[in-house]
Amino acid sequence: MSCCAPGAEMALDLNGATSVLPSSQEIRLASRSLGDDLRQTDLSVPTVHCAACIQTIEAALGRLDHVESARVNLSTKRVAVRWRGDEVPPFIAALGRLGYDAHLFAPEIDDKDKTLAELIRAVAVAGFAAGNIMLLSVSVWSGAEGATRDLFHWVSALIAIPALAFAGGIFFRSAWNALRHGRMNMDVPIAVGVSLAYAMSLYETINHGDHAYFDASVSLLFFLLIGRTLDHVMRERARTAVKGLSQLAARGAMVLRGDGARDYLPVGEIEPGMRLLIAAGERIPVDGKIIQGTSDLDCSLASGESTPKNVAPGEAVQGVLNLTGPLTIEATAAAKDSFLAEMVRLMEAAEGGRAQYRRIADRVSALYAPVVHLTAFVTFLGWIAATGDWHRAMTIAIAVLIITCPCALGLAVPIVQVVAARRLFENGIMVKDGSAMERLATMNTAVFDKTGTLTLGQPRLVNASSIDPAVLAIAADMAAHSRHPFSKAIAGFAAAGGQHKFDAVTEHPGFGIEATVAGSIWRLGRRRWAGWKARTDGESGHGGTVLTKDGGIVASFVFEDALRADAGAALAQLNDAGISVEMLSGDTADACGDVAGILGIDRFVSALLPSGKAERIEVLTKAGHKVLMVGDGLNDTPALGAAHVSIAPATAADIGRNAADFVFLRESLSAVPLALDVSRKAGRLIRQNIAIAIIYNAVAVPIAILGHVTPLIAAIAMSASSLLVIGNASRLQGFVPDEPRRTAPPDRRSHTGTLAQPS
Amino acid sequence: MTILVYLIPVALLAGGLGLSGFLWALRSGQYEDLEGAAERILIDRDERPEC
Repeated sequence: MSCCAPGAEMALDLNGATSVLPSSQEIRLASRSLGDDLRQTDLSVPTVHCAACIQTIEAALGRLDHVESARVNLSTKRVAVRWRGDEVPPFIAALGRLGYDAHLFAPEIDDKDKTLAELIRAVAVAGFAAGNIMLLSVSVWSGAEGATRDLFHWVSALIAIPALAFAGGIFFRSAWNALRHGRMNMDVPIAVGVSLAYAMSLYETINHGDHAYFDASVSLLFFLLIGRTLDHVMRERARTAVKGLSQLAARGAMVLRGDGARDYLPVGEIEPGMRLLIAAGERIPVDGKIIQGTSDLDCSLASGESTPKNVAPGEAVQGVLNLTGPLTIEATAAAKDSFLAEMVRLMEAAEGGRAQYRRIADRVSALYAPVVHLTAFVTFLGWIAATGDWHRAMTIAIAVLIITCPCALGLAVPIVQVVAARRLFENGIMVKDGSAMERLATMNTAVFDKTGTLTLGQPRLVNASSIDPAVLAIAADMAAHSRHPFSKAIAGFAAAGGQHKFDAVTEHPGFGIEATVAGSIWRLGRRRWAGWKARTDGESGHGGTVLTKDGGIVASFVFEDALRADAGAALAQLNDAGISVEMLSGDTADACGDVAGILGIDRFVSALLPSGKAERIEVLTKAGHKVLMVGDGLNDTPALGAAHVSIAPATAADIGRNAADFVFLRESLSAVPLALDVSRKAGRLIRQNIAIAIIYNAVAVPIAILGHVTPLIAAIAMSASSLLVIGNASRLQGFVPDEPRRTAPPDRRSHTGTLAQPS
Repeated sequence: MTILVYLIPVALLAGGLGLSGFLWALRSGQYEDLEGAAERILIDRDERPEC
């Protein structure tokens, strides 16, 4: 995989842990028809990131039967596959073989970014107009007179009209919207200044005046639109990437009708009372009750419990992954009333508190706008009182409005945030919007979830070295037949020699795997079931995973949940930064105590319900803390929403990632202190930029009030202040975060502790 | 100075052409995958037709 090695390896890793291939019915459901038997399926492939990836994917998919074309979009990390025929080509499996983890991309959230297209068009029109008017204005400033000057002014006026109508429309609409609701925003002075300047310039032109401000009013729009576009690009881009990472929720399920017919229905059409067939490895789309079959369920995303849960008929299940055996369940709630939907509601309720946060730019503009208007108005009154010349008073008032243009202010915040987001992106962290960085910079308490956040949520075999390699190889070959997390951990130790010859391999859901070799029975699984001859009681009599031959125990396996790389270092850095750390988990007190002990976390609360985490965060918030929540599970979602700011790993549940402000793509937890570092630095730069903008105004405004500002000076001053702000922001590009430099890749095993008890 | 009568419209026309070219490129989706476009020049496609 050449240059893609790190990313693609991570994909393989995740693939082994969580990926479930969607069925062909599900793919068909998610594809859209382009007419004429042609269908298009959009896949999200988060690990595509270079030319080699594009080529590999497009070539491999293009070779599949029935595939018309495949096109990779590198910016959004998506692949659009067009195909014909009734049979769905196996493109997800083909991508999986190449090492790319692909997920269906829901077409309903794939609406094109219309705002961005409009902003870019507006920038283009404003730039075109500003450039041309500036050329004409330079001629006027350098001494054009009489008819020539008037001609130039008229041409400028003509060019400015479409620019104002089209590019200015964005500001006029926003300003009007704010005024209608009795609010003030940054767009109001812009709209007033631009239109007054245009009207005044037109008046001057008609009356053969010396000065016109067409250039100022249009280039003002140009600069502001650049700032606005940057702001928008940053927010949208991260958001689509977050959306597209992976879609964990099932899109539909096989429904068993009364007459024995089977239909694949989308989740929205599943109603209570329907019987659903859930194969091993599928997700359970709605809440339900098991009526047939036994299996192991992976509940880690829902409850935070890391050990798979053994289920039997009669038990209730909700939104989890079915690991080992086929199940028939009866739906007890429609999708909109399910556990998943409940989490969304809890999250929305919790997010209300955060919505009150106002961005720095908004807070500044709330002060700025009235001051600017008042200054301009007082200037106007002052000049009328002093000279009685209303025309001159008006000209000067407009000059004041224009020179105080929040140009620098409009760029000050977004430009820094774009540079900071870029830096974070390079380090594998995606930011949802600029206010997230502002909030992160002010947080002082970090709350971590355990399973999947501090730990990887995947068991690892730790006593491999004490097991006879030949026996381990047998166990690994047997384990390769199962999806159980423990099996996967064992299967990783398969010998290079190849498969053992088993006569028959069967999986007994909830118990383990049985294989017959040359007349003897091998079992890998629960101690009680596998080791029926060696019925031992005592310390491990109730559980433990063992390999047995004809009922006699040959080897027993000990598993641990591995800590996330750099977890200890990351927490230490947070401590150094003066942040208190706490751990909340839905897992048992023992498991939490072990992790807390290894990482040196003083405070932790275990066995919490999802609402309990959100409540704990509210308690902390009430006590005056600004809380950062780091979590990945469905059960963390309300807490992610309730916290001041939140971070989720890319392996988190879909809804969790959408609730979080930051998503980190790499395994290392050092993303958290890094994001904090960059955010704090960005916050400082934003304050500096605002200070620059204010100092500029403090110098320029008195000159304008005194009536010494010509259009040339106004234009130069405005551009200079903007450039200064951009230059200051680019200092962040060279900023190196003080993260510990590693020479060797982290050895996970040295960080592990016994967390997951074998069941 | 009569040359201005020609030059100004010519300048505006040329600028307008550039602007409409940009808007056309924008509408035809050429800015949808900037990173992909930057990487694609590295791909040899001797035998593969443009898709």
